[in-house]
Amino acid sequence: MNTRSGDETSVTPAVGRGRRTVVATVRGVRSSGAMNSPASGPVLTLRAAGMSFGARVLWSGLDLELQPGEFLAVLGPNGAGKSTLLKAVLGQQPLTSGQLLIGGRGSGRGSDRVGYVPQQKSLDAATPLRARDLVALGIDGHRWGLRRRTAAERRRVADALEAVGATGYADAPIGLLSGGEQQRVRIAQALATDPDLLLCDEPLLSLDLRHQRAVAAMIDRRRRDHDTAVVFVTHEINPVLDLVDRVLYIANGGHRIGPPSEVLTSATLSDLYRTPVDVLNVRGRVVVVGTPDEPGGCSHHDLTPETAQQRTSGAA
Amino acid sequence: MEGLFDFEDYGALLGLVENSLIAAALLGVVGGLVGVFVQVRDMQFAVHGISELSFAGAAAALLLGGSVALGSVLGSVLAAALIGGLGVRARDRNSVIGVLMPFGLGLGVLFLSLYDGRAANKFGLLTGQIVAVDTVRLGWLVGVSVVVLVGMAVLWRPLMFISVDPEVAAARGLPAGALSVAFTLLLGLAVSLAVQVVGALLVLSLLVTPAAAAFRVTASPVLAPVLSTVFAVVSAVGGILLALGSSIPISPFVTTISFAIYLVCRVVSARRRRSGWGSRTPDEVPAATPAAASIP
Repeated sequence: MNTRSGDETSVTPAVGRGRRTVVATVRGVRSSGAMNSPASGPVLTLRAAGMSFGARVLWSGLDLELQPGEFLAVLGPNGAGKSTLLKAVLGQQPLTSGQLLIGGRGSGRGSDRVGYVPQQKSLDAATPLRARDLVALGIDGHRWGLRRRTAAERRRVADALEAVGATGYADAPIGLLSGGEQQRVRIAQALATDPDLLLCDEPLLSLDLRHQRAVAAMIDRRRRDHDTAVVFVTHEINPVLDLVDRVLYIANGGHRIGPPSEVLTSATLSDLYRTPVDVLNVRGRVVVVGTPDEPGGCSHHDLTPETAQQRTSGAA
Repeated sequence: MEGLFDFEDYGALLGLVENSLIAAALLGVVGGLVGVFVQVRDMQFAVHGISELSFAGAAAALLLGGSVALGSVLGSVLAAALIGGLGVRARDRNSVIGVLMPFGLGLGVLFLSLYDGRAANKFGLLTGQIVAVDTVRLGWLVGVSVVVLVGMAVLWRPLMFISVDPEVAAARGLPAGALSVAFTLLLGLAVSLAVQVVGALLVLSLLVTPAAAAFRVTASPVLAPVLSTVFAVVSAVGGILLALGSSIPISPFVTTISFAIYLVCRVVSARRRRSGWGSRTPDEVPAATPAAASIP
């Protein structure tokens, strides 16, 4: 059942105090939307969600309804609360205020309806696991006691590896794989339970351009074929710019949400940062120039030498 | 070397140490399996720290005339509880161990110096002994081993998950802290077994070396514990069999065998890597094409 085609889900105004309200519509029409997920309502719902540590507000008044198959990129400087948002969805960090629902129900810890690709950390070379075993842990790693994996489970593992193109090194020691290969295996692990929601924390970090595009394409294919909703935390929007439906930009304790064309504009970001910010479109890449260099703040979205240079000269 | 070995009455001797051989084989199984997680969780230092407190416990028991087995179990469980409770993160853990270890060793030396019984008993706690394990003591060893083995069987998969992939395992709801404490307690029990056979100073040869050797040659989650166990059993039992014909304590034989196995595994792994272990069929990542992304 396709509940999404041409839907006009309006997104609640992003910030209450706002001088400017962003109302966005979900890009509804999808070219190839094989809908085989039973979920029909929003996969993830945030209502007036807020997160603060003491007096420091990361974000507040966050309203979001993530539909099946939707691709949401979460952007913002370091320390803005992007990873904390994922922790909240995973049930590891309770919201300070508001409500968070997964598939219409309150989030609990450890659901296999949610797949998680953590920030990349390479595995120790002497880990006694093969790629195949790491993926299998995604299916039954939380179960106590000894048991033999069923044929069906082994097939799911093989299918998950196949889907990310990792069959060729399924039996290689996981610690001997390259960063890009490990990242594919992690995505296979996260998808092995066929989750409704996939959370990715900087999945492209430390990958070269070729692997960035491959990983992004893999995730994109997944959500189109299986209607998996994706929350993709990144500080580098360009590799996924043409894939995302909506962008959630968190900065300065505030946020904007909407299609990239509405959020990634000089006006919106200047408003969010409360300082003049320029969003440039250079050779098909988005470059944000002039965000304040706060302590712990990352002010750019692109680390290629040319744009980094451009940014320096622009900021000077 | 002539005075070192004397295998003349070997058959008769063998009958006398039957209990010790059973104890060594059990210790090999327990040490080999627990060692897998010592390796994966990087807890080699914890093994050493726990063994010093286990030694202190055993020395206290010797002094007070209690059961040495019980003393070493109490000592290592106390150490494990402190280490597991105070330091879940590796850095905290290591400093806790670094503080506890010399204290335990000092206590042990104190108890031993106050003890005026047989000197062989004192020495045995540090470097191991094959004095016939009596039936009561064997009962202890079997009981403790069964507890450790059952515990390991229940914890195995979640413990592996949380050890190699902590973020995802936590996201799936596994309790990292509880698992860490539970494993450290099992480790404490395993160490107390080893202290009674190879002595406090050389526990590492049965809880660290066999697994380290196994990890060199396999990444299979089934083969690694199996090999580790085989290596540990061969070292422990082989050590006793060699020590029988000599006047030297058991530990040099155990450590030498396990070290030799480790060396062989290193050579094998170096050769395999050179010939491309972990190599793979080339992946089919399409060449990078410039993104045609733009926003109006």
